[in-house]
Amino acid sequence: MSRTPRTLVGGGPSATYVLRFDGRELTAQAGQSIAAVLWGAGILAWRTTRERGAPRGAFCGIGSCYDCLVTVNGRPNQRACLVPARPGDTVTTQEGTGHAELGV
Amino acid sequence: MPSSASDHAAPGPAASGPAGPRPAPDLAVVGAGPAGLAAAVTAAGLGLRVVLLDAGERPGGQYYRHPAPGLGADRPEALHHGWAAFASREAALRAHEEAGRITYLPAHHVWTVVPDGPAWTLHAVAGPEEAAATLRARAVLLATGSYERQLPFPGWTLPGVVGAGGAQAMLKSGLVLPGKRVVVAGSGPLLLAVAGSLAAAGARVPAVVEAAAYGGYVGHVPALLRNPGKLAEAATYGSALLRRHIRLLTRHAVTAAHGTDRVEAVTVARLDRDWRPVPGTARRIPCDALAVGHGLVPQLELATGLGCATRRSADGAAALALDAEQRTSVPGIWSAGETGGVGGAQLALLEGEIAARAVAGRPVPAALAGRRARLRAFAEAMGAAHRPGAGWTDWLREDTDVCRCEEVPAGRIREAVADLGARDARTVKLLTRAGMGWCQGRMCGPAVAALAGEDPAPDRRPLSCPVPLRHLAELPPADG
Repeated sequence: MSRTPRTLVGGGPSATYVLRFDGRELTAQAGQSIAAVLWGAGILAWRTTRERGAPRGAFCGIGSCYDCLVTVNGRPNQRACLVPARPGDTVTTQEGTGHAELGV
Repeated sequence: MPSSASDHAAPGPAASGPAGPRPAPDLAVVGAGPAGLAAAVTAAGLGLRVVLLDAGERPGGQYYRHPAPGLGADRPEALHHGWAAFASREAALRAHEEAGRITYLPAHHVWTVVPDGPAWTLHAVAGPEEAAATLRARAVLLATGSYERQLPFPGWTLPGVVGAGGAQAMLKSGLVLPGKRVVVAGSGPLLLAVAGSLAAAGARVPAVVEAAAYGGYVGHVPALLRNPGKLAEAATYGSALLRRHIRLLTRHAVTAAHGTDRVEAVTVARLDRDWRPVPGTARRIPCDALAVGHGLVPQLELATGLGCATRRSADGAAALALDAEQRTSVPGIWSAGETGGVGGAQLALLEGEIAARAVAGRPVPAALAGRRARLRAFAEAMGAAHRPGAGWTDWLREDTDVCRCEEVPAGRIREAVADLGARDARTVKLLTRAGMGWCQGRMCGPAVAALAGEDPAPDRRPLSCPVPLRHLAELPPADG
């Protein structure tokens, strides 16, 4: 089965670049959100919940559910489904509130 | 499209600056989906000065969500139904922008609207830097759309379980799929569109699992017959499923998702008339993703914050009470599209146009009013057919999380209701924290209300998105 989203819409990205995710290098296409880059790499979970440490990733895909929170360039609690991936971004998984370093 | 901080540093066009306050624009439209976009271009065409604010980076809202230009899609319309309706309005938006009749502010999330003398003040959080943006307008049109209704079931928090609309949104904007074999489940016509586009984009869809019976439409034959366009649309989706050999199971539901780190299979069971699983009918379908959703619910917090009256729509959700010209109960505040009851993009486009004409003081042509009435009747018939049956709560185990953010299981909510006397979602929230987390009850609200034995109450959220405390601290003191 060779059908892909790309073959459906044709064309190609104006640029691709590397995004660093927890030490891994992932290929991002210009214009993709961070969540889209992660899904593209087959990664569906990148956060653990505060209470039970359960894995979570993008759920609603439109910024309503806040399940896809991630730390981008050191800034926690960013919604991966809304934040565009940019060249050189460092993305790290987020545990709990993302404010562990604050001790709160 | 990434925007730099400087793009957002400038306040809205009507804010006071060194040159003194400029006159407020005639109309602020909140939301650039089908309703807001149609309203903005229609109003500008009638000579109004318009500001169009939208949380998204590109116009189109969720329905016309499409890849950023950098993704270089030659045929974005391949993922859409009725793309020409969007393309023509987007072209009109760009022309009006060029001519200075519309100020289009993407990546502006309006978090509150407050009365300000004869006008209104809108407060927004702008861009990735979350800059404060404030502007005034003489009239406001709320086209804030809807989000997906979710009914919990065991395993629904597993990675790989995603919203049906969420899968569609990620595909339309990012050209990605959540898995190779994706079951689509829930209720409502969106499922057919989602299954069709996932399959067209290369996913295998073992089944579309629809909790309602399409026989539910039979009681509404006149509304169906008066909407041949809608029937044709349904036929388009139906034939796409047939072509791709996708099974449509009606009166069935996914009652559990299985897996450890991610979903590996789902349990599908037949439902009785009240959506209770029929014993002995459960079977497993292997999959690596599940796209699930039970229709859409209007997003009303800006409107209810202003005191706009609501009504109960046929699917049980709260929607705005609007007159024939799209006025809310608050003079000066209009609304169009899903906020008035979920009815789809065609209706939203039409209502946006009607609202804009009304704001401009123009009469609404009889043909438009007639089309609106027909499409609204269809929307109500559709809502009634897919309204969740009371028995869905039988899918829950005591340890099934209902509130995803605060991880509140069904057992705790049932305890609050049965033992502690909670009779509404608000009391359940105070007793259990369900709905108190990041999403502010957007995901669990309808489910918690059902467990408390009531229809969901209209949204009551003083802020429609997270707002940095510094913005609140900078607000001028309220009068009185």
